[in-house]
Amino acid sequence: MLAAIRFDDVSKAFRGTRGSVQALAGVSFDIETGEFFGLLGPNGAGKTTLISILAGLAKASSGRVSVLGHDVVADYAAARRALGIVPQELVFDPFFTVREALRIQSGYFGVRDNDAWIGELLDGLGLGDKAGANMRQLSGGMKRRVLVAQALVHKPPVIVLDEPTAGVDVELRQTLWQFVSRLNKQGHTVLLTTHYLEEAEALCGRIAMLKQGRVVALDRTSNLLAGTASTMLRFKTDDALPAAVAAQARVTGRIVQVRAHDAAEVETVLQRLRVAGVRIEDLEIGRADLEDVFLEIMHGKPRGVGAVA
Amino acid sequence: MTGWRTLFYKEVLRFWKVSFQTVAAPVLTAMLYLLIFGHVLEDHVTVYRDVGYTSFLIPGLVMMSVLQNAFANSSSSLIQSKITGNLVFLLVSPLSHRAWFVAYVGASMVRGLSVGLGVLIVTVWFAPLRLAEPWWVLVFALLGAGMLGALGLIAGLWAEKFDQMAAFQNFLIMPMTFLAGVFYSVHSLPAFWQAASHLNPFFYMVDGFRRGFFGASDVSPWLSLTVVAASLAVVSAIALHLLRTGYKLRL
Repeated sequence: MLAAIRFDDVSKAFRGTRGSVQALAGVSFDIETGEFFGLLGPNGAGKTTLISILAGLAKASSGRVSVLGHDVVADYAAARRALGIVPQELVFDPFFTVREALRIQSGYFGVRDNDAWIGELLDGLGLGDKAGANMRQLSGGMKRRVLVAQALVHKPPVIVLDEPTAGVDVELRQTLWQFVSRLNKQGHTVLLTTHYLEEAEALCGRIAMLKQGRVVALDRTSNLLAGTASTMLRFKTDDALPAAVAAQARVTGRIVQVRAHDAAEVETVLQRLRVAGVRIEDLEIGRADLEDVFLEIMHGKPRGVGAVA
Repeated sequence: MTGWRTLFYKEVLRFWKVSFQTVAAPVLTAMLYLLIFGHVLEDHVTVYRDVGYTSFLIPGLVMMSVLQNAFANSSSSLIQSKITGNLVFLLVSPLSHRAWFVAYVGASMVRGLSVGLGVLIVTVWFAPLRLAEPWWVLVFALLGAGMLGALGLIAGLWAEKFDQMAAFQNFLIMPMTFLAGVFYSVHSLPAFWQAASHLNPFFYMVDGFRRGFFGASDVSPWLSLTVVAASLAVVSAIALHLLRTGYKLRL
């Protein structure tokens, strides 16, 4: 099947006053059509550089990137028509109203008579009553919604969201995810970079993790969780923990969190607590944060890459 | 409206929404020049026979306004979009470098010619003015506006900060327009400065434009046309090259 996005051995070096910085070093992976794909990594890992090369905002030092088979350099017009990018920065053109901005963006992409879809976007993103407002008058959250609408105005089959919920209120996050999930169900491919790992866990079928410009993990979200200590045991206690449990626990005041790989390991921990006579309250067993998995992978060895690449 | 037409429309709408600042203000400035210089020098300077100084000054002021405002439009639009970051909306679009060029230069020409027309309308009442060879008026106004629009595009791409843009404007555009014979005939200059003026392409734009009004000029209008057309071709080629390679746009 034709990949929605293909990164093929992409490298990027930035030349600065203090020599060259290698932002990306041979990144290769495919995102299939219809996927909801997460791109994670700490600040400076190269996520935004990779997205910029995809969007034509930056040029790769070597390697190739294509969108639905269209090379982003040689066949840039077709590649960009297939792509809708929500930029990370909260940018806007202060000269125009929301509706004008969306009409102008439609025109850039060669879309005529787009008012019906613009109306749908405005309603879907809760911007219906702001259509005539100047961009300057909008709050940060509203400007963010307009950015999403601008990215979708030409109905791109591939949607890229670069940390779209950074500093955004809960209501908008929910509106946005409902909206994007609906688009994904309708067949749009979604690439998401985010710092909110629970978002990636809830939404993304597959995840790639970048560290210092390299892919260090690439797998289905469920597999990434399965291979790690992804079960979390939480309880409260006033008693001292036995040494074997204390070694793997994170203690915050009365709250104790212990990570375990599977049910048997949970049972072992509980047994050790019983034997030591520790009295526990409010016992919960849940999933570990993707953040924990993320940290484990970041500090460990690459995984999953060989199998997929 | 789609493609380059959308960008052209956006660029025209941008200056039109603040036309008090982008059109009315430069018209007022030109009128002040006319009132002050015209009043002081009317009885002291004669350039062409039968042409009073104020009459002589009007086409020069019109052309100066056309040039400066055509430059201001593309350059300020680009630098503002770069600094505020909203150029990203255009960068992610499928528009070609030719579409960018046509739209930015086209809108700059509209602004330059609008201001020029405004200056002509408010100044024409102060002194008699003929249209001896009107086609030259049109040709030099269009070519001059186009060249300065393209030059503004280059400046907007090159400058990363507002003070760099101000330097471009104050140390290149302003001296070249003021030394182009707007306020005087280059024949009234010492030999060295006469020769220096002939190296300034802006001089040919002003001289050729003025030819259309009075039927008289410092040099042949055909020479002016050649110089101006060649300058426009060179500046356009540079601007198109910078856009095609993504100079300072696509890192």
